[in-house]
Amino acid sequence: MHQKSLLNRIVSWAGLIILIVIFIFPFYWMVATALKTRMQIVAIPPLFFFEPTFENFRGVFFTSSGLETNFKFFFKMSIIIASLSTFFSVLFGALAAYSVSRFKMKGKDDLMFFILSTRMLPAIATLVPLFLMYRALGLSDTVHGMVLLYTMFNLGFTVWMMKSFFDEIPIEYEEAALMDGYSRWEAFLKVVLPQSVTGLAASAVFSLIACWNEFVYGSILTTRYARTVPPAVAVRVGHEGYEWGKIAATAFMYVLPVLIFTFLVRKSLLRGLTFGAIKK
Amino acid sequence: MNTAFPAPSDDKPLVVKRHGMSDDALKRIMLAPAVLIILGLVLYPFLWAVYLSFHQFSILKNKPAVFIGLANYSELLHDPNIWERFIFTGKFVFTVVMLEMVFGFLIAYFIHTQFKGGGVWVTLLLLPMMIAPVISGLFWKYILSNNWGVINYFIKSILGLPEVQWLSTNTAGFWAIVIVDVWMWTPFMMLLSLAGLSAVPTYLYESAEVDRASAWFKFTRITLPLSAPLILLAVVFRTIDAFKTTDIIWVLTAGGPGSTTETIAYALYKLAFAFFKTGEASALAVILLVTVIGLSIILVRTLNRAKQATQ
Repeated sequence: MHQKSLLNRIVSWAGLIILIVIFIFPFYWMVATALKTRMQIVAIPPLFFFEPTFENFRGVFFTSSGLETNFKFFFKMSIIIASLSTFFSVLFGALAAYSVSRFKMKGKDDLMFFILSTRMLPAIATLVPLFLMYRALGLSDTVHGMVLLYTMFNLGFTVWMMKSFFDEIPIEYEEAALMDGYSRWEAFLKVVLPQSVTGLAASAVFSLIACWNEFVYGSILTTRYARTVPPAVAVRVGHEGYEWGKIAATAFMYVLPVLIFTFLVRKSLLRGLTFGAIKK
Repeated sequence: MNTAFPAPSDDKPLVVKRHGMSDDALKRIMLAPAVLIILGLVLYPFLWAVYLSFHQFSILKNKPAVFIGLANYSELLHDPNIWERFIFTGKFVFTVVMLEMVFGFLIAYFIHTQFKGGGVWVTLLLLPMMIAPVISGLFWKYILSNNWGVINYFIKSILGLPEVQWLSTNTAGFWAIVIVDVWMWTPFMMLLSLAGLSAVPTYLYESAEVDRASAWFKFTRITLPLSAPLILLAVVFRTIDAFKTTDIIWVLTAGGPGSTTETIAYALYKLAFAFFKTGEASALAVILLVTVIGLSIILVRTLNRAKQATQ
């Protein structure tokens, strides 16, 4: 291999920096907008340098009147619904994945395809019957209704993801445990699960992000008591004109945990995005 | 793979258990919660949608559904508006998937060749696809706005061109949605292309070097064919996802102006929850579901091919 010239290196780095700027610019602009006053936001030409204000953050999170208080509530709902449904989808997903990974089963491939296809279906397509069903069962706009729905929403993913991790664990480990007098279930709990902590964590983070970001189900099946942030923000735009400063502040606070989680699972990103198919 | 630990397979069941539940019972119990949830919340609503698609019914009215056979389907298929939306969706899917594939691959090739596959900073490039589409869509609306949008500022004062009415004309509206989608999902194509490129064994390049093969030969005969399975997988994934696009349209243009930027999925939402034509909406839902299931079959095949190629 021949040595790269200095010019070549400078051009590459410049190209890379331009790329990063293009992809990151909207985030930068979001933070900048969140720190601007109402007048600065609609300034023409747009302001790149200004004195930051925390008015918008205060407006969204620390005002205790009217609609503003609701945003604290919507955040709380997002946290509760996303974490509970993540817990259940990883739990049920891991159980099903182990069953498919280890036991003899007729039509295993068909079952796995069926499970995957549930994740591929457009949410909007089964919304009418779900709406009728939730209305009849009194599940509309309830936390447990939404937790149940988002558990379903992520199951296809968690089953595929966990199966790919279980398939990698040598079956000899369990055989040894069974020889030692463990029951099958104990072997699963004490031998297989501890071996797949990475898989469980990656599945959980992906499920968490998917629920956190979900919009279509939330906006049709909730109105007030189980409403999460995405539908709440979208509706707010419609009803109150465009208060970009507050929207940017809300958006920033909502996006922040996702950024952190993305960095935490960066090594499993490829695997997560391909439902466990590509291991790297 | 380490041959001392063969992967579990169907033809090699585990040794007989000692105590506790029988394997057969455990198999069923472990599978049950997931299967029950999927049956109850996916299959049952799906069958219900099929049922409703043959009936005249509205979720607003308290009247029982009346069987009308294929009338909903024939009404849909004779409605030029629906065809327009199918054509729009097709145009949109084709445009974004092509652009994302080309940009994603070029960026991946750049990172692969110039930076040896990259470092932690690659994660920075991936952020657009990790955040809620409805939130970034909303924010792009501000960035693209006619008066105080920063994009129009660049177009006017730096490029000296007339400003673009991004969200209020239909051609620009189409491109606005395309820009946001391409910004959001090019990173996905890039990540899979990067994996595809790094899956190419280096000895192939070394032996090509020995044969004094040209750079073009190496690119077209080694790089492209060997990274193709993963790129294809990314394309299928994106096609299915782009086909379902609702969130960004909802917040960016709301299908407007008029209904010129409505995808099928968004049109379905309006039919069901703005016009409350439940029967017709269900028929459209069935058409959409059948299409997506067809695409999913293709997806699983490409998944398996990509899996083999990277092992």
